[in-house]
Amino acid sequence: MSTFNPTRRGLIQTGVVAGAGLALPTYLRADGHSGFTNAPTGDTVTLGFNVPQSGPYADEGADELRAFELAVEHLNGEGDGGMLQTFSSKALDGTGIMGKKVQFVTGDTQTKSDAARASAKSMIEKDGAVMISGGSSSGVAVAVQALCQEAGVIFMAGLTHSNDTTGKDRKANGFRHFFNSYMSGAALAPILAAEYGADRKAYHLTADYNWGYTTEEAVRSSTEALGWETVAAVKTPLTSTDFSSYIAPVIQSGADVLVLNHYGGNMINSLTNAVQFGLRDQTVNGKNFEIIVPLYSELMARGAGANIKGIIGSQNWDWSLEDKLGSRYAGTNAFVKSFGTKYGFPPSQAAHTCYVQTLLYADAVTRGGSFNPCSVDEALTDFEFDGLGNGPTLYRGDDHQCFKDVLVVRGKENPENEFDLVEIVEVTAADKVTYAADHPQFAGGSLGTCNPGA
Amino acid sequence: MLGLTKRDAGLLAIVAALCIFAPFILNPFPEGSGMAQFNAGYPDLMQRLVIFGIFAIGFNILFGLTGYLSFGHAAFLGVGSYAAIWMMKLLTMNVIPAIIISVLVAGLFSLLVGYISLRRSGIYFSILTLAFAQMSYALAYSVLTPITGGETGLQPKYTDPRILDGALEGGATPQANLFGLSMKSSTELNIGDWVFTFNAGYYIAAFVMLIAFYLSIRIFRSPFGMMLRAVKSNQQRMNYTGLNSKPYTLAAFVISGMYAGLAGGLLVAMDTQVGAERMFWTASGEVVIMTILGGAGTLIGPVLGAGLIKYMENIVSKINKTVLEQWFAFMPDGIEDLLVTLVYPFVGKGWHLTLGLVFMLVVIFLPGGLVEGGSRVGNMFRRKKTDTDTPAGKTTPAE
Repeated sequence: MSTFNPTRRGLIQTGVVAGAGLALPTYLRADGHSGFTNAPTGDTVTLGFNVPQSGPYADEGADELRAFELAVEHLNGEGDGGMLQTFSSKALDGTGIMGKKVQFVTGDTQTKSDAARASAKSMIEKDGAVMISGGSSSGVAVAVQALCQEAGVIFMAGLTHSNDTTGKDRKANGFRHFFNSYMSGAALAPILAAEYGADRKAYHLTADYNWGYTTEEAVRSSTEALGWETVAAVKTPLTSTDFSSYIAPVIQSGADVLVLNHYGGNMINSLTNAVQFGLRDQTVNGKNFEIIVPLYSELMARGAGANIKGIIGSQNWDWSLEDKLGSRYAGTNAFVKSFGTKYGFPPSQAAHTCYVQTLLYADAVTRGGSFNPCSVDEALTDFEFDGLGNGPTLYRGDDHQCFKDVLVVRGKENPENEFDLVEIVEVTAADKVTYAADHPQFAGGSLGTCNPGA
Repeated sequence: MLGLTKRDAGLLAIVAALCIFAPFILNPFPEGSGMAQFNAGYPDLMQRLVIFGIFAIGFNILFGLTGYLSFGHAAFLGVGSYAAIWMMKLLTMNVIPAIIISVLVAGLFSLLVGYISLRRSGIYFSILTLAFAQMSYALAYSVLTPITGGETGLQPKYTDPRILDGALEGGATPQANLFGLSMKSSTELNIGDWVFTFNAGYYIAAFVMLIAFYLSIRIFRSPFGMMLRAVKSNQQRMNYTGLNSKPYTLAAFVISGMYAGLAGGLLVAMDTQVGAERMFWTASGEVVIMTILGGAGTLIGPVLGAGLIKYMENIVSKINKTVLEQWFAFMPDGIEDLLVTLVYPFVGKGWHLTLGLVFMLVVIFLPGGLVEGGSRVGNMFRRKKTDTDTPAGKTTPAE
């Protein structure tokens, strides 16, 4: 037991120390000197690019990173300027963003929400990033978007296709240029009915996370509306690499269409398994067995090789768009040219959306005159633009989702070279894939108000 | 003081000082300088350092004292996290109930796992715990998706019931707090070019870690701790003398499970999100490495090990090619490229490689971990004294 026996000197000393301790906070200034988190102070501004460098979506992540580097080059006035020449808004002049040179930091999301948030947090807290972009998984995108909303920085979503990102998990500080599950379903269904008939029985294999769920729901509801029947829908873990055990039951189910709600490495593996099992050579119910991949990409087509031939899916953008469909999609060639010059091959749609998002952010900051998230929010709300490769596009203010044309594509039977892997079946006009902001597939969320942080 | 010997009280005081002054110690380089890359004094990493310190302290109570090597401790961390987030979704965003419930739930779960796994010892025990952990991971990842959110994970939303808090307006983000003090609130102190960040969440986590550390000292020095050491040195002999060792090992297992749950709850309190990945077997392996790297069976070792690993994970992994090119820019082109090529595999994505090398070196040359390294350095300066005390320069084990 200690005894409390203060001396006069001891009391005075303790009092002084305690007083100094209490007074200390008045010498400390709070966060956010300029009214918002990570306000750039010097002559540079830092952006954070958080992409998967490992895991099933690593290929997409690597391509996204290339696009980010290219975008930063163009913003800083290096290289040939890419889409800055074709962009309908002329606010950007190649001197960085508002005269500040653009710097960037990168991180690895590992396609895991925990790791992605840790990486994004260190970008915000340590590196002072004022905007976070990237992501190749909707699970990650939703987690990081929520973090950015809390921290008061802007999140420019990269490759994320789930309805939830701008649906039930939408946030005022988050913006998405990429299309979504609903748009895929709406664009695909009429083509599928025309190609394969209106009395098909579909079997879904679905990646077990929010993107898989909404894609399954979207494809299901739009094909069922046209008369298709859904036999079964089975969920598969995102980390699986072998899908044989999921493919075997498909043959017994009596289904004549297999819908693979898979992406990236998952889709490459499941499609390869399905083709190896001879599904495509089968005739069920007197019809040829067909496989559908709702979300398609060039990287996946490259990974899946010959198995992708003849398979239908939807895309946000394709590098050959302007060549094939003309100047409505201006910007495509400019981007492909600068990407090709730098890296030696054409960009994927993941690269495109990340590049465009970076330019859109820079443009919104410049037009709004501030890096403050609320100013960016205002500048992007209901912003109409053109010349970024997708034709006329609207950034809807109600849910921060872009509305533009959607491509329905098919794996080419006789590719001319290793990059020319998909042919465009049809372009579905933006108004056919537009929905109300409170559509049932998107219900249950609210943007809230923009959060500038401190 | 506090029932501790002078030596232990000194150790506790050192750890407390380290915790309090961490924002200064971890930020030795001025902002904007090239070395600022190595600063670790930002809230997220400081929180992780102390939270994984708690995790490792708890693991050390089991592994360091009884010698039972559990390969499934991440499961308890995960269970604690899920319990905490559900508390935040259902009850209140205040962190206290979340942390309490996470400890309790992890304790119950470890009681169940321990009761079954402790029927075996040695490698069989390790495999049993590993199996349980992987089962829990699989359950959280796909089977129990309605409760755990699966791959998507769980986050508090404004639509959650949260019966003790008032309803939030649409789209508002619920913030974890301690009676209104947000975990995120920080104050910054600028001295010259240096910026030091003092974060509320970090100090709360650090305070909890000090309590955890104090408890661990008391356990190490108690008769109960002595029994656990006896289990490690010769469990058979202990059984022959008529002592039933199982209650002791089970108690140690549950205590260490509760520590893991506490760490899980704190993780959620600091960053309100749970993903199933934190239960993956690599996470269980990580805490084993932390403990061995720092020095199993020592008091401060696990904390040091946890700190080193988390530092490398967050700092070394962020050094990318561009950064390397900046460092070596002053050299002639050929040598610069060569150096970048040589160093690049060990940083950035390759940080695991560096960690592996460090781990190997420590295990080969310092079997007692970083603590042994520290005491060897200490001995170098105290050679004369120790020479007279113990002729061999080290103590001989009792066996």
